[in-house]
Amino acid sequence: MSDALPPAAARTAWRVGTVVEARPETSSARRLVIDVPDWPGNDAGQHLDVRLTAPDGYQAQRSYSIASSGSGTRIELAVDELPHGEVSPFLVEDVMVGDRLELHGPLGGYFVWMPQAVTHDPRPVQLIAGGSGVVPFLAMVRAHADAGDPTPFRLLYAVREPGDVFYRQELTQLAANGLQLDYVYSRTVPHGWPVPAGRITKDALAGFAIPASDRPRVYICGSTGFVELIAGWLIELGHAAGDIRTERFGGQ
Amino acid sequence: MNHIDGNALAGQLSDLFAFDLTSAIGRCVTCGTSGMIGAAMVYVASPGTVARCPHCDAVLATIVETDDRIWLSLAGVTAIEVAKQA
Repeated sequence: MSDALPPAAARTAWRVGTVVEARPETSSARRLVIDVPDWPGNDAGQHLDVRLTAPDGYQAQRSYSIASSGSGTRIELAVDELPHGEVSPFLVEDVMVGDRLELHGPLGGYFVWMPQAVTHDPRPVQLIAGGSGVVPFLAMVRAHADAGDPTPFRLLYAVREPGDVFYRQELTQLAANGLQLDYVYSRTVPHGWPVPAGRITKDALAGFAIPASDRPRVYICGSTGFVELIAGWLIELGHAAGDIRTERFGGQ
Repeated sequence: MNHIDGNALAGQLSDLFAFDLTSAIGRCVTCGTSGMIGAAMVYVASPGTVARCPHCDAVLATIVETDDRIWLSLAGVTAIEVAKQA
């Protein structure tokens, strides 16, 4: 029926990890490195669930994309704090190096990127991130660079303002080494930016995305509203629905 | 109502299946379209989760979870195709 099934992912399980690094990513987000001794490795784009248990037994659980991939036992997250969240304020404000976290993963074989050596698919890849939706794409662009993969990669990253950009330095380095990187700023632009701030338009998307005629594989990650908007426009621009994979994290 | 993707069910489903159901291909009983479960439209509303076909909107699956029980219906999906473990 299909030749596109990825290999089955490593068996997932609840595991305990220890935070080994925690540093601010933006004014509202934090980057965490977690050592998980029995982590089986993960593919680029997979996620995990974090479970917090209060002293009275109340539990809250949320999914986070993993910014790292490969066979190591250290995994990296970049978590944006949601003002009324149950889990993200703890991860961004409270958790400290040495703390232990309950993790379920690695999860999901749908929103993943595999090197051309595995997929034998030479088509270009277009990644489109809204805000903290860039995290799974960090895993993908890092894996792509580490593997020396020949697939053309382009990342369109939509943010409100320059201070909201995750991994700016690393993305700049990757852009100097073959990643095609475009930013769209909706509220404030950097000094000297050639266009005024504004929400992304269909015309801007057409200019920044690999054209449908090149049959790119497209990944979109962001809020539900952002993903709906972008995916709808891409279909209107001629992309096939089957070439577009989405990861919505809810909200507007 | 806002929805997310079938991909988000990976954690919940991994408690029930020995393989990753979100990267499996299933056929919608209602319209006959095949696609990866990860591409389903998922509506999360207490007490349960509903996955719908992205083509015809029919209900593919429902999951209801309490402290000590999980109820799963896959009544809207058939012919599930899974990659064997290497």
